[in-house]
Amino acid sequence: MEAKAHVDLDNTETIYHPKEGGGGSILDIERFCLWYGRAQALFNNTLNIERGLVTALIGPSGCGKSTLLRSLNRMNDLIAGLSVSGTIVFEGKNIYDPDVDVIGLRKRMGMVFQKPNPFPMSIADNVTYPLKVDHVTDRRVLKETLEGALKGAALWDEVKDRLKDNALGLSGGQQQRLCIARAIAADPDFLLMDEPCSALDPLATTKIEDLINELRGRYTIIIVTHNMQQAARVSDNTAFLYLGRLIEYGETNAIFTRPRLKQTEDYITGRFG
Amino acid sequence: MSSTPSKRYVTGADLSSRGEPYLWSMGGALALGLIMIFGFLALVAWNGFVTFYPKPVEVLRLKDGTLVAGEPTRSEMYRLPKTELDSLDEQARKSVQENKGFGLRTLYRTGNFDLYNEDFVWVSEFKVAERTEPKNMYFVERTEWGPFIGSLEALMVKGEKLTAGLLTPDRLSEEHRKAVERRERVKGIERDEMGAINYELDRERLALRRISLDKGKDSPEYRDEEKRQDGRAKQLQTRYGLLQKEAESIKREDALYSVVLKDIRGTEKTLALSQIVRFYPANDLTFFQKVKVYVSRWFEFLTAEPREANTEGGVLPAIFGTFVMTVLLAVAVAPFGIMAALYLREYAKQGRLVSLVRICVNNLAGVPSIVYGVFGLGFFAYILGGTLDQVFFPERLPNPTFGSGGLFWASLTLAMLTVPVVIVSTEEALAAVPQSMREGSLACGASKWQTIKNIVLPKAMPGIMTGLILAMARGAGEVAPLMLVGVVKIAPSLPLDDLFPFLHLERSFMHLGFHIYDVGFQSRNSEAGKPMVFVTTLLLIGLVAVMNATAIYIRNRLKRKYYVGHF
Repeated sequence: MEAKAHVDLDNTETIYHPKEGGGGSILDIERFCLWYGRAQALFNNTLNIERGLVTALIGPSGCGKSTLLRSLNRMNDLIAGLSVSGTIVFEGKNIYDPDVDVIGLRKRMGMVFQKPNPFPMSIADNVTYPLKVDHVTDRRVLKETLEGALKGAALWDEVKDRLKDNALGLSGGQQQRLCIARAIAADPDFLLMDEPCSALDPLATTKIEDLINELRGRYTIIIVTHNMQQAARVSDNTAFLYLGRLIEYGETNAIFTRPRLKQTEDYITGRFG
Repeated sequence: MSSTPSKRYVTGADLSSRGEPYLWSMGGALALGLIMIFGFLALVAWNGFVTFYPKPVEVLRLKDGTLVAGEPTRSEMYRLPKTELDSLDEQARKSVQENKGFGLRTLYRTGNFDLYNEDFVWVSEFKVAERTEPKNMYFVERTEWGPFIGSLEALMVKGEKLTAGLLTPDRLSEEHRKAVERRERVKGIERDEMGAINYELDRERLALRRISLDKGKDSPEYRDEEKRQDGRAKQLQTRYGLLQKEAESIKREDALYSVVLKDIRGTEKTLALSQIVRFYPANDLTFFQKVKVYVSRWFEFLTAEPREANTEGGVLPAIFGTFVMTVLLAVAVAPFGIMAALYLREYAKQGRLVSLVRICVNNLAGVPSIVYGVFGLGFFAYILGGTLDQVFFPERLPNPTFGSGGLFWASLTLAMLTVPVVIVSTEEALAAVPQSMREGSLACGASKWQTIKNIVLPKAMPGIMTGLILAMARGAGEVAPLMLVGVVKIAPSLPLDDLFPFLHLERSFMHLGFHIYDVGFQSRNSEAGKPMVFVTTLLLIGLVAVMNATAIYIRNRLKRKYYVGHF
């Protein structure tokens, strides 16, 4: 095995693995930096997210992968004292431009959180919530969306007889799939998943992973994960972040089999984390 | 292997590092609190529940030959003054001296205030020669002068005198029932029907005055109205006259029925039968009859108006006033408190200014309630109410409508008093809604307001309800500020009646808390009012408990809705 170079944190250049074909870029992140107050959390991240593929963001705790994910649908806006530089271009427009409709942007980016967070209402109301906030009242549309989203999230067979029951009565894995159903009910372009399986048992995790495989192609999925095997199993592309810098980015296969940098190799083989 | 015990081991055995002493003191503190609460409740409940149970009437023959008849209320030891000790006979003096100068005395409720000028009398035990409970002693509750204790001699029916032999208990109660019906009918005519006519006449007068104020006395409108009212007034006056005649004929008939009572000293007293509220032979009652008297007294207490400067009769107006005021208070305080808390917690930029506002809100909860009363009187009643009067009710001036204390202003004053409680608890409930839920909603493309409306508020609702319950409990028990902004000793009419607009928010009202103060400490005869203090306290506690239980029931239903199967 050849000796690998260490990262020079003061002068990081991301290493991009060459790739042929692919789905074409849907989201261009260009020299994106982010500060929480005075503390800088992201440094000059530049990457293109490919349409219809699953991109995994990996890296040790505190490396900024969740921050990067939440920057994409501007969930970070809720935090006081936040500032950014660089651009994230979606459909030819920087989403941090002042005239961007944030609510409209979020509707195109479904999000699934680390802990399942169903609302304290019925299963049906949970799934149709994105439609409710758009004032959709047509029963037929609601019903079709409900069924479609639940089927899409592989939950329909388990809950079709108790759609009026409170969603908090579901198991953890079911709740997380319900959250996925809720996210795809709005018919978004993206699914942003922030460690969606970290609160679930292995069986529920497998179900979610199968689901991600099924959803591939219909949505552009970006998933943050701590689980290397999971990243290897479900993703097409992988980005390795370390201390706020994007270190390596490329096809999952390439990253996992031929990492260029020592940090990347150490991390994916579990030597540090 | 030998070693000295390590330092760590020694400190572990130290008393201060073990929890037991603190555990004991914590448990003791809790026990003390519980004892105080339950002791208080037991005292109020016991005194409240026994008050209405009929007591026997004792007849005492004292050693100097005088007779005393009355209900024994309580006994105590007292130190005899020297003069009294000297006046005693040898035997009595000896027994007192054996007791270190103390003697036992008992307070008897003798009633017959019109004859004796006192309701209660102390009787020293050593003066009593003989004590009996004769079966012919009656306890007669009257509409005036308090109870009469004595024997029932005769019933006068249309000049005919029915004495012992002809006077069966059935006949007596039958005639009494009829007499009470007549009394109620007269009251109905004089107060409700004639009151309604007076109200209408007053309204017509005010309408006329309004036109004269707006248009002047020479305007055609004024003359038209005057002409129209002439006819109307005549009509009303005819109806008034008819009612008056009916009332008078009933009263004339009523005067034909009376009873002759005789007190223990032989003084006879003739009393119209309709003036008797309730009578019973105190020493000749079966258990069932006693329970009947007990129930009928409770019924009167809960459904009738007060008599005899509030020391007798019922407290319905006070129950009603307390209830309506508390409901209005909740209706007023909920939107203000919740909206203020929503702004503070969800929208305002968290900084020094918001912290300052929060401190001020917390401090408001500590301002003495009487200060709110003064503010309510000055700002609500005089400034706001005075302006309202000038704008909307100029024809009634100088009589105030909203310009003096009333139900509405009292509710608003209490709402102000309790709004900090609601703000603080609502803020806490909002802060307890998990951030992940807000994020979930925002990520679905909901706006901030949609998130608050659909997710945050429903989830926080049980906590908000808790705050409202606390506010209601505090408001219902408050008395001091109410004395300034609308509570009165005796309200002439309920704030709710069948005359438009039905709910009269400007009227002064009665309140159980103030009723307790008035009966216990402001009445002619505090001894007679004492049992009523306990009964009213019991009722107030009961009312607050029922209202809180209702609110808690609603809250728990909400909770069940939002917390099903939380894992």
